Amino acid sequence: MSENAIEAVGLVKRFRDVVAVDGVDIAVPTGTILGLLGPNGAGKTTIVRILTTILRPDAGRATILGLDVAERPDDVRTIIGLAGQYAAVDDNLTGRENLILMGRLTHQPKAAHTVRAAELLDQFRLDDAADRPVRTYSGGMRRRLDLAAALVHRPPILFLDEPTTGLDPKGRQDLWGVIEGLVADGTTLLLTTQYLEEADRLADRIAVVDHGQVIAEGTATELKARLGSTIVTVELGDGVDVDGLKGTLASFGPVTLGDERRSIDVKVGDGSRALLEIVRVLDRDAVAVEGVTVRSPSLDDVFLELTGHTAVADGADAADAADAADNTDLDQESLR
Amino acid sequence: MSAVTIPTPGVVTGHRRSTAVQDALSVAWRNLKGMSRTPQVIVFSTIQPIIFVLNFRFVFGGALSGALPQGVPYVDFLMPGIFVQTVTFGSTAIAVGMANDLGTGLIERFRSLPMARSAVLAGRTIADLVRNALVVALMILVGFAVGFRIHAGVPALFGAFLLLLTFMFALSWVFATIGLAVGDPEAAQAATFPLMAVLVFASTAFVPAATMPGWLQAYADHQPVSDVADAVRALVLGGPTAGRVAIALLWCAGIVVVFAPLAVARYRRVA
Repeated sequence: MSENAIEAVGLVKRFRDVVAVDGVDIAVPTGTILGLLGPNGAGKTTIVRILTTILRPDAGRATILGLDVAERPDDVRTIIGLAGQYAAVDDNLTGRENLILMGRLTHQPKAAHTVRAAELLDQFRLDDAADRPVRTYSGGMRRRLDLAAALVHRPPILFLDEPTTGLDPKGRQDLWGVIEGLVADGTTLLLTTQYLEEADRLADRIAVVDHGQVIAEGTATELKARLGSTIVTVELGDGVDVDGLKGTLASFGPVTLGDERRSIDVKVGDGSRALLEIVRVLDRDAVAVEGVTVRSPSLDDVFLELTGHTAVADGADAADAADAADNTDLDQESLR
Repeated sequence: MSAVTIPTPGVVTGHRRSTAVQDALSVAWRNLKGMSRTPQVIVFSTIQPIIFVLNFRFVFGGALSGALPQGVPYVDFLMPGIFVQTVTFGSTAIAVGMANDLGTGLIERFRSLPMARSAVLAGRTIADLVRNALVVALMILVGFAVGFRIHAGVPALFGAFLLLLTFMFALSWVFATIGLAVGDPEAAQAATFPLMAVLVFASTAFVPAATMPGWLQAYADHQPVSDVADAVRALVLGGPTAGRVAIALLWCAGIVVVFAPLAVARYRRVA
């Protein structure tokens, strides 16, 4: 058996004349988590659809535990679990009935249906709501049930497509805990997300996807190290000659203006030395400063560096945008 | 390097035929459960044909009876038409249901499961056959209550019942195709309406074609709802039956031959 539970080479998928996935290679070693990180419409969902046998690739090949997804889709389906971004559970069934349905459709022994359902309802803290129709569930409960539904047949390989998109921060934290528990069991997981924080927290390795291509791959630390530098942020007070200061600071390294021109980021090689010199310059020129901080680059910075645009345009609107994107994902993917 | 066991492909293949039936029944179970959780759908899909019965029997019936052949009470002419109208309207629920499953992502999930490809369509059709069988049985009772009488015996009535369900089965492929093509429950509902007008109202379901203008008569006499209504009429009222039933069954077969591949192709393309 191959060391990689999930392996893809040169995947291509076109929708009419639009290339949604453009030569993607993926390798996920058994028992590890790969995070596919990218903005909406990057092609993440299309990659997952190919790996889960829902779409056939136009070129390239992919294997799950050595089984080719295009040649042996029926066999692949018995060893994978998929929780998509829709929380695809039946509103009119109860939580328990949804899980029993999954047990039947994955051909588990009949006696195991109710036992396994009860086990998962307990594990996902849904036992109180187990016999209520799903339409009475909160968003977080639906996602937990959706995830449970993907686990009914104990698949060794799990795909989670934006598992926390649209959830509030508490629901997200909650689900992260559940996902971490799964991987402790040795499940191999491929996870897509547009949240850098999520990839950073959950994934062993991260593949950054943009315009249908993997543009960087590595651990979170490796990706951050690719920037090879530290960022000094100067928070500005009132009445500062922003452009003048930007010119001055440019001698230390590449500079970028922050929101509303209230801060300046300087990318420097040696953080502590640069900090001292920058503070000296600020003091000499009597610049009104509210604070100066040094930080390692975040995945946001990495993303900006790699793609030239941020992963999510505006943090405050991210949840809304993600919700809207939920509904239009198919269109976006095919329009791209 | 891990304890994962890969299922033997031969075993999976060998089981495929029996799992297709089993999977369809699982999906049907799910749809029937769902229907039982939304009793309002059942209630309204039953009230609506009852209103048609009362309306045509007591409001229009007097004016219409003059156009009928001698000796046939309007209620006996009407009820077979109502049965066909009931299964035709009833089968539109399939379009709404398929569109809904598509929108919620359930179909996508089903496509990632080791279940038979045909089960989603077949399961929904089975569930709707069960529901429509109940509604038609109820409509027969309603018919008896307002004066409808059969003239060709109970076996023929049972034959009419089976013909109605066969017609509904055929229509289910049409509406599955529409539901999957439209992809939105409300749009699916709206999309079925013009079809209802053309199929059900411009037919001999409620009135004999003799009262219509010539061009409409030509159409109304030769379209599936009329031919099925005429066959059901022959089965419950008596008279020459075999030819009419044969024409009705040909329609059913024709509809399945055209729309089953369309629905399956549509199903393969979505998600």
